[in-house]
Amino acid sequence: MSTLNPTLEHAGHAEHGDHGHSQSFFFTYIWSTDHKMIGKQFLVTTLLMMMVGGGLALGVRWQLARPWERMPIFGDIVFAGDGGQISPDAYTMLFTMHATVMIFLVIIPVLAGAFGNFLIPLQIGADDMAFPTLNALSYWFMWPAIFFFGASFFMHGGGPAAGWTGYPLLSLLSEAAPGSRNAQTFWLMGLTFVGVSSMMGSVNYMTTIINMRAPGMTLFRMPLTIWSMFITAILQAFALPVLTAAGFMMVADRLLGTCFFVPAGIVVNNAPPTVGGGQTLLWQHLFWFYSHPAVYIMLLPAMGMVSDMLACMCRKPIFGYKPMVYSMAAIAGLGFIVWGHHMFLSGMNPALGMTFMVSTIMIALPSAIKTFNWIGTIWGGRVQFNTVMLNCTAFVSMFIIGGLSGIFMAAVPVDIYIHDTYFIVAHFHYVIFGATLFGVFGAVQFWFPKMFGRMMNETVGKIHFVLTFIGFNCTFYPMHMLGIAGMPRRYADPYHFPYLEHLLPMNQFMTAAAFLMGFAQFLLLGNFFLSIFFGPKCGRNPWGANGLEWTAPSPPGHGNFDIPPIVYHGPYEYGSPVAGDKDHLMQTDYVPLAQRVALQDH
Amino acid sequence: MGRFWAIFFVLTAVIIFVVSWISPSQNWWFPGDGLAHSTLGSKIDDLFYLILVIVAVTFVGTNAALGYALWRGATIKQDEKVWFSHGSHSLEVIWTIVPSAILLFIALYQLDVWAAYRIKGFVKNRDGSPKQIVAVAEVTARQFEWRIRYPARGKVLKPTPQPDDLYSVNELHVPTGDLVSITLRTDDIQHAFFVPELRVKQDAVPGKLIPVWFDVTDTREYEMLCAELCGWGHYKMKAKLVAHSTEDFDAWKDQVSAEQFDDGFRKPAE
Repeated sequence: MSTLNPTLEHAGHAEHGDHGHSQSFFFTYIWSTDHKMIGKQFLVTTLLMMMVGGGLALGVRWQLARPWERMPIFGDIVFAGDGGQISPDAYTMLFTMHATVMIFLVIIPVLAGAFGNFLIPLQIGADDMAFPTLNALSYWFMWPAIFFFGASFFMHGGGPAAGWTGYPLLSLLSEAAPGSRNAQTFWLMGLTFVGVSSMMGSVNYMTTIINMRAPGMTLFRMPLTIWSMFITAILQAFALPVLTAAGFMMVADRLLGTCFFVPAGIVVNNAPPTVGGGQTLLWQHLFWFYSHPAVYIMLLPAMGMVSDMLACMCRKPIFGYKPMVYSMAAIAGLGFIVWGHHMFLSGMNPALGMTFMVSTIMIALPSAIKTFNWIGTIWGGRVQFNTVMLNCTAFVSMFIIGGLSGIFMAAVPVDIYIHDTYFIVAHFHYVIFGATLFGVFGAVQFWFPKMFGRMMNETVGKIHFVLTFIGFNCTFYPMHMLGIAGMPRRYADPYHFPYLEHLLPMNQFMTAAAFLMGFAQFLLLGNFFLSIFFGPKCGRNPWGANGLEWTAPSPPGHGNFDIPPIVYHGPYEYGSPVAGDKDHLMQTDYVPLAQRVALQDH
Repeated sequence: MGRFWAIFFVLTAVIIFVVSWISPSQNWWFPGDGLAHSTLGSKIDDLFYLILVIVAVTFVGTNAALGYALWRGATIKQDEKVWFSHGSHSLEVIWTIVPSAILLFIALYQLDVWAAYRIKGFVKNRDGSPKQIVAVAEVTARQFEWRIRYPARGKVLKPTPQPDDLYSVNELHVPTGDLVSITLRTDDIQHAFFVPELRVKQDAVPGKLIPVWFDVTDTREYEMLCAELCGWGHYKMKAKLVAHSTEDFDAWKDQVSAEQFDDGFRKPAE
């Protein structure tokens, strides 16, 4: 379906074969300052980390299905000291690290790190990021984080066990939990390094998007992916320093004897009473001031990428481009003033609770607008049902469920009951896995040809999609029921309580589904790594898409474009009446003035 | 093949709808008999069901639209022109105003329930007069148990212990009928007081005394647990809440008082 002049395509390859960059292996693949290589480094790292995070989750699921039973194979190796069983200590460590790895080493870096790096210069027509070395550093600062998180498992007393939220005093006083000794300090160090890495990326993205757009690439001609990355970068730039500061304050409390979060007179495990006039609530405010916007950092880029992919796969312009941009901006803006909804039960001022509740409910509005616009995009389109489209549809469909279940907890009185139950776990897995990760799966398949010049296997992709989709829904939908039944999160053995005993079969069903989903991910990895070497080669524009990245060779050489692109119109002119016999209009396709005026009217 | 996928997504939505629908009959719903055993709790349930209806209608509507769009997209011929449209201003306006009206309704409708839970002045009797709240006990959470302190019969709860205070561990006794309140605190780290069948939950925050009020409508035992991660023993912070009639509550207090202040000395029989 390549729509470009074949000679041009050929010329591109020839020109870039030896661009005067005969660099050593080290500078090409390891210390690369090329945004595309950094994006690929991020992608490979996060895909591998996803398997680690998923493995930790399967440990959690095993315990909930077969509490206190010897875990076959894996348990004998890892939990040999406990006879192959998962102890309650190990259980808290498992879910803490599952969340930490998935959030800080998978979802945030795969969106902003991998796709942000790879796509931003290509989609705005730049030759690289504004600060290429800073960009490389942003990748390499993830490794100390991986080291610190990884090493925390081996600390005396076991890994961090205070939940991913790290609420003090559990995370602060080393007597409170065995994992709260050095492991928690390591965890905080890891968090800091992840933060520094994201910060470098965020500064770079903002600068690049503001300064380095190709001629003609006005703000409202940018693809929604770029808009979403731009807004995400702003979110990160404003929210992240707060978390980093909070992390430093906690490290100071732990190591230097300050008392930011420690009230006086607390006695844990018969240790002498603490002194100090701190407030544990302070941590919650600082933590959620970052971590609530962070859920949009984990979602917005996927929203942008899905918008791009949906338009392409439906061969239709995105429905309501500007409302999509405004909704993203609204989500980001409101995202800063709703952090308190994580703290409805913390005993804060009830009047404050009301303001947080109203703003939280209102954040559902831009999300609803976006959903309707995606459906509007599919409506009347010529839908190509390939893996990309399936994953994008799953994104929309799962986001509907995740969004709707959010309304329950935004309603504060209902939240009194479902807070800290599995209902919450169901909700955020629907948003972060069901929506974001399906978006990422689609994006991997969609931009893979541009990354490696080869296509991924469609059949394997579809099998992976179906198994993941079924496994996902069977794992996470019943969690809503568990939550309504009052099953709290983070219980090593809920069946200890008679009113939860009857939920064991349901948990066993969910665990079976989770294992199915976990093993399905090997298909993705296999498909990904094998296709790098054996996938069928493709031209510049295998999907017939409009964006600037598709005018560059696949894979683009150093400097990206063989002809500096000039942009004439927006990125979604699929099926445009002025496109002639083609069904799409590349952003670089020149359209005579009279026809351009006709385009503007739309 | 495209039609197959359209059906696939619609079927997923149908299965999810059906599973939710049959859940109450399968006992996958609210704990116990499915009813809240407190007045405020049943208001939460009403609110939950109201939102459930709104959400279910939206779910069916959006999925029907999505399914129809996919089905149409699958049946359109490859050489047919697509509907070239950059959007519709009036549609955008409609689907901005309608959801915001619904969301605003939800936001405002629930304010009283939240207020009744959190602001003393909003707890009203049927005739609108402010309701009296009886402070029954101080509940102190610690790893991994609940310690409870009651005032002696006829006395009121004081912030500092009195010599004749009564104590129990992992058993909170309250009278039914009245709106009772407990003072929640923690000795060590953060915990959360949770009685699922009463729909009551509140974090116990280090350094703070937090009042929690509720009423219990039936005299029986309820399970009481910790809802905030508090270490390895989080799952076994198990306790019970025992609701007595007012007379039984007083009798229970007398009995505990007799046991607690019994020094073991018995006068020999004459």
